[in-house]
Amino acid sequence: MTTTPQHLAGNGRTATGDHPAIRFDGVVKNYLAHGETVAAVKRTDMEIAQGEFFSLLGPSGCGKTTTMRMIAGFEEPTAGKVYLDGRDVTGVTPNRRDINMVFQSYALFPHLNVFQNVAFGLERKKVARDEIRRRVGEILEIVSLSGMDKRAPREMSGGQQQRVALARALVNRPRALLLDEPLGALDLKLRQQMQVELKRIQREVGITFVYVTHDQGEALTMSDRIAVMNAGVIEQLGSPREIYEKPASRFVAGFIGTSNIVDGHVERIEGGLALLNYSTQDRVVCPVPGAVRRGDKLEVSVRPEKIDLHRGVPPVTATGGSVLSGIVNEVVYHGTSTNYTVATAAGADFTVFDQNAANADDLADRGDRVYLTWAPQHSYLIGV
Amino acid sequence: MTAQPQTLQRPARTDKGADLRPKRRITGPGVMRAYTWLIILWLILPIFVMILFGFNDTSGRYNQSWEGFTLKWYGRLFDIDDLTRGLITSLVVAVVSSLAAGALGTGIGYALGRYRFRGSGSVNLIMFATISSPELVMGASLLTFFVSLGVGLGVVTLTIAHIMFSISFVATVVRARVMTLDRSIEEAAADLGATAWTTFWKITFPIILPAVFSGVLLAFALSIDDFVVSNFTAGNAVTFPLWIWGATRVGIPPQVNVMGTLIFVAGVVIAVAFNIRSRRAQRD
Repeated sequence: MTTTPQHLAGNGRTATGDHPAIRFDGVVKNYLAHGETVAAVKRTDMEIAQGEFFSLLGPSGCGKTTTMRMIAGFEEPTAGKVYLDGRDVTGVTPNRRDINMVFQSYALFPHLNVFQNVAFGLERKKVARDEIRRRVGEILEIVSLSGMDKRAPREMSGGQQQRVALARALVNRPRALLLDEPLGALDLKLRQQMQVELKRIQREVGITFVYVTHDQGEALTMSDRIAVMNAGVIEQLGSPREIYEKPASRFVAGFIGTSNIVDGHVERIEGGLALLNYSTQDRVVCPVPGAVRRGDKLEVSVRPEKIDLHRGVPPVTATGGSVLSGIVNEVVYHGTSTNYTVATAAGADFTVFDQNAANADDLADRGDRVYLTWAPQHSYLIGV
Repeated sequence: MTAQPQTLQRPARTDKGADLRPKRRITGPGVMRAYTWLIILWLILPIFVMILFGFNDTSGRYNQSWEGFTLKWYGRLFDIDDLTRGLITSLVVAVVSSLAAGALGTGIGYALGRYRFRGSGSVNLIMFATISSPELVMGASLLTFFVSLGVGLGVVTLTIAHIMFSISFVATVVRARVMTLDRSIEEAAADLGATAWTTFWKITFPIILPAVFSGVLLAFALSIDDFVVSNFTAGNAVTFPLWIWGATRVGIPPQVNVMGTLIFVAGVVIAVAFNIRSRRAQRD
């Protein structure tokens, strides 16, 4: 797709601009289950900007779907307010919210063909027949389904049904599009293809996308910003890079990619670097803010790909950084890299990704004694 | 009516509309084969006898022994006025009660399949009770009820009684369908701007229509051949089965066989048409 129909790019209306597309103001959602109040979403404030690709990321049961359903209007907050484009929509039913959703199961109408499915929203708005035909045609072209108007949903592949669901929502030019794990039912290859596709469509139509997923890879590659949720709380909200490089909590560090986390007490502080000692030769060096004092207990995370694995010989080059010795527990060959699990002197098991570069002939075996080193800047203090 | 509308209900559709059940021939070798045909024969024989004796050139009052082939009963189908009136009464009651039970039962079935609410358990229980309770009990208590209300018995009480015992069947069939219906399909309709009313008529109802249709056919079948409850609640009104019951002592005329045959054929035609239609819908 090369050109974008004008009205779609401009969202069809004068953008209000100064209001966020979606705003949560002190939103709380409690459920009553077996006479007990269960908090699905704890007090949440957040803003999603116009035209943003925003992801709600978290494990199942973390409250991300409830959060999205409150935006759509399928759930009402127990307390707090939801604003769309600056307008308070708390208590407004889904059919009167200028928001559309792509359901996890696609929820296509099985007795209607593709055209009728996509036209459903426009017909409810009493849009003229000619215009319906024109707009449905346009949107089907954008999602690469031209000429399939007469097909029934069940005659289409999962990927095609997915596009119909997308077109059915987008054709209404909503203020925001909500996507509930839309790629969950697709196989890996198709999923990756659709990720690129979704990103392209979002650029073309310029509509705010709110994307719910438990797949961190998906969230990292597609989003402008990500809210990582756990147990009804947004643990961190930021760009993919911020979330990956600077996890705000142990949970985020563990949920996004793989993290190695060590605990320890500060032995001494030198030039903004804290030193955690485990033995005469095992130490972790981590940049810390000024408030950290000697004797404080710290949680330090380091990503597996930042670590160098040395076989046998204690390294001389790594004197300024962290050094941990350990025994290799597990070796998993992945083609482009080899993953090691190492039981370290710091007490924690470390995962190390070692790129299989041209000179990678120093493969360690199970039971080998190895030394892990990494530069000070790759240690990250959690929760600061 | 001998067609079994329950079998008309389409199995819940699998992913691609394909039937994943393994294929199995019913005409296997040996014992199983003989057994299968024996069962089929057992089921079909009474119907066959009924049809056959509609063509019996009998002259006496008893249509019980074969006396030669004739088509004359088809020509003299409506010669017995009381029987014709009974058939008409039966058809009217069956149509009215199956449509009414269809409408009410669909509402109940939808509510039970879709929501949990205060009293839904009791409604389930009552439905089960009406399906399982002996017709004699139901008929006798309906009679007591109508008499104690001081309502004169007739076509109206008969129709009310038929609606009453048909509702549960429709509701059960519809509920089963609604329970397998993806909730998010209705949410999607609301999300796209449809009111609850529009969602039901444009989305939900067309999807559950095959189940509703099955339920209505079932109610029709139950009504048109009902004897026990009708006997208690019909008063002076005479239905097709009630007339036959009255005629047993003086001999059943061949017209009864002809009418039975026609009702049976109509049922089979509807069932086959429905099957072909749903199969075509699955293939397209």
